[in-house]
Amino acid sequence: MERMPKWADVVLTPLISLALAFGISALVILAIGESPAEALKVMVEGALGSSYGWGFTLYYTTNFIFTGLAVMVAYHAGLFNIGGEGQAAMGGLGVALVLLAVPWPHWALALPAAMVGAAVFGALWALIPAWLQAKRGSHIVITTIMFNFIAAALLNYVLVNLLRPVGSMDPASARFANPTHLPKLTDMARALGFEWGKNTPANVSFFVAILSCLLVWLLIWRSRLGYEIRAFGKSERGAIYAGISPVRITVIAMLISGALAGMMAINNVMGEAQRLVLNAVEGAGFIGIAVALMGRNHPFGILLAALLFGFLYQGGGELALWTTIPRELIVVIQALVILFTGALDNMVRMPLERLFAALRRKGA
Amino acid sequence: MSVPSGTGSPSPAIELRGISKAFGPVQANRDIHLSVARGTIHGIIGENGAGKSTLMSILYGFYRPDSGDILIGGKPVAITDSQSAIRAGIGMVFQHFKLVQNFTVLENVILGAEDGGLLRPSLARARGELKRLASEYELQVDPDTLVEDLSVGHQQRVEILKALYRQADILILDEPTGVLTPAEADHLFRILRGLRDEGKTIILITHKLREIMEITDNVSVMRRGEMVASVRTAETSPSQLAELMVGRKVLLRVEKTPARPGAPVLEVRGLKLTDAAGVERLRGIDLDIRAGEILGIAGVAGNGQSQLLEILAGYPEPGAKLSGEVRLKGEVLPLSGPDAGARREAGIAHVPEDRQVEGLIMDFSAWENVAFGYQDAPEFNRGLLMDQPAIRRDAAGKMERYDVRPPNPELAARNFSGGNQQKIVVAREIERNPDLLLIGQPTRGVDIGAIEFIHRRIVELRDAGKAVLLVSVELDEIMALADRIAVMFDGRIMGERLPGEATTSDLGCLMAGIEPGTVMPGDMLPEDQPERAG
Repeated sequence: MERMPKWADVVLTPLISLALAFGISALVILAIGESPAEALKVMVEGALGSSYGWGFTLYYTTNFIFTGLAVMVAYHAGLFNIGGEGQAAMGGLGVALVLLAVPWPHWALALPAAMVGAAVFGALWALIPAWLQAKRGSHIVITTIMFNFIAAALLNYVLVNLLRPVGSMDPASARFANPTHLPKLTDMARALGFEWGKNTPANVSFFVAILSCLLVWLLIWRSRLGYEIRAFGKSERGAIYAGISPVRITVIAMLISGALAGMMAINNVMGEAQRLVLNAVEGAGFIGIAVALMGRNHPFGILLAALLFGFLYQGGGELALWTTIPRELIVVIQALVILFTGALDNMVRMPLERLFAALRRKGA
Repeated sequence: MSVPSGTGSPSPAIELRGISKAFGPVQANRDIHLSVARGTIHGIIGENGAGKSTLMSILYGFYRPDSGDILIGGKPVAITDSQSAIRAGIGMVFQHFKLVQNFTVLENVILGAEDGGLLRPSLARARGELKRLASEYELQVDPDTLVEDLSVGHQQRVEILKALYRQADILILDEPTGVLTPAEADHLFRILRGLRDEGKTIILITHKLREIMEITDNVSVMRRGEMVASVRTAETSPSQLAELMVGRKVLLRVEKTPARPGAPVLEVRGLKLTDAAGVERLRGIDLDIRAGEILGIAGVAGNGQSQLLEILAGYPEPGAKLSGEVRLKGEVLPLSGPDAGARREAGIAHVPEDRQVEGLIMDFSAWENVAFGYQDAPEFNRGLLMDQPAIRRDAAGKMERYDVRPPNPELAARNFSGGNQQKIVVAREIERNPDLLLIGQPTRGVDIGAIEFIHRRIVELRDAGKAVLLVSVELDEIMALADRIAVMFDGRIMGERLPGEATTSDLGCLMAGIEPGTVMPGDMLPEDQPERAG
């Protein structure tokens, strides 16, 4: 009694949604007197046409993988974590504190420590909403949104009053010491003997993100904890019947979710900026929601969706650079993709389901 | 098909012609013809899943039929949503009431039928109308009480008032007595007779033969999506209807030898539960179950059986206050919870009353559900990860032994029929070989073949020297399976009987809360009641 084949569910539906989003974007570009074909060409070439473009696309992709995985883990527990933005910001604080507190001799030692710092800070930032949800029934959507604002304000205070080097006018931490700088993908390519993506921010965190996809997959679909998380997410009463504690699962799932969002900081803070600046997350926490939705809350889907949004970010930047299409329009395109692949998912899915049901009836 | 004619009225109140409705491959209604005469009470009877509710949902505009016509008062109507059903004069009282709990009765009655932007005139009009309806039909409810403070029986009256306020001529009631005490049910029947005598048409959906015989003028029988017969109630008999319902003679008898009870397994003393709202749900329960016997708990749903099962299974409802003592094989069990896992380790298995909400995760595959509740078991785990091949093997074995069809462990639980879902749960719990099996409504919504199978497994467990606590609202099931019968009413055990010596009317008295020996004319069983003309 499957409603439609799996390939239609996971491949066809997002592709049609995406086509619709691009179609409407094309109309908008036409309406302001530009050529959609030209715009697409600029975006594709700028994001995917050169190793330089890829270097940026993969950098953004890395951010979105972490925040997408964060949304996904919470989602499987039936929790909607909108707080990826704040958790990633706090993860940045964790990275900064770890890297500034210890004179690390080598990045290979600094990276695991920074990951722990990022994960712990992100997780702790998710803990309070989780605890409030589990014990007091305060809705986690509301509390995590509020914690985004609290994180931004807290970070502002910490940067201006505590971490700002004496004499600096910039609300940012001191630069991390040279040995902690992560190898860029371009450095790694050079070590292998070829030129790739010169002056691009993509770094070794990309591989950590890929590894995280695998680990999250193992967690959710292969481990007992994942089984309990999914059971709780499907039916709280069922979970209680099965001896699964709702409080425990709510807290643990949110801790993992917050840790994943926080881990994004090893890419943007440690890998790219190499110091903690204000608003370092730049909306990646929210993009993670769209990435998780579009990726069907599966790590592999999230990898692909993160790549798509990485492309949109980088391609959009190129569009603003090389055409007269205003920067705001790129936000419109991104918004349309989120709207169609996330919010309006059922608009495509339901006619498709009906179509497949009709086809099956004819076939039977 | 014989179509009974009404009391003198030329065109029937409702006529269905060739209604069909399919959900995917499941044909819920197939070519249904039905004619309900004006001013009659028409019963529709059938087993769970026979398609009664689907048919009524079509009448009320929740579903569109794939084909067929609906005629109201002889004229074809298109019922596209509940608004158009109301305009056509149809009122519906659902099994699960659709009331706003923190609105007053009056506010609930006018909800969706307000006269204008301001509430005051509507409320005033509704107050007058309610007073009239109340005196006319014995539908007394205080209009200013919050619905959440009303008893179930009174909430049902509010639903009826809502329909009448919307000038319903045709009233459909879906399993209206399932949640009522016998006394409340009798009152409901008086109301319905009064409404009929005023010329209203009433459709009563039920699977209880007794109610059909008592109150309806005509009855239609559904079986597997088809309308198999429509007859005058006076010209039929319960056994004939039962045969029509199941398509063969009902034989709810279980082959079993007399019980040989051993040592006490479960001892419950003075168990009380006050829920979060401050209502005392259990008022001092004393129970003993020995090894090798089945204790059946009979009673109308909602008299504390669910709370008792939940406490014993280790998850009393949140916020409830508990007192008393529960011992398993002499060991005192802590009453604080929830910790269903600890109970499983102690040797208690539990087939919950609602398999779709508790017993199974409907989106999980069958094999994942076979580990449900036992996800910590060492044989299902290997290091940090679950041992999926082991669980799959275990599931395949259980599904084969319990004849679960289709025997495919990869299929999601929701794709199995009710009977096969229940077999998965029963297999999971019984094959753990527990010292005590708690089993609630083991055959609710389960087909006859699976009922026999599940009953045999329960008796086998008993014969293996285990204790079984069986809770069921089906008296036949209790009579067939139990070695001792305890009747629950209003949070108390009213009395205990042996199945051999208990009569249905004796148990019925206990279920209605009447101590044996006392005679209360107003609360007598309907069979003994003189006909009251309206």
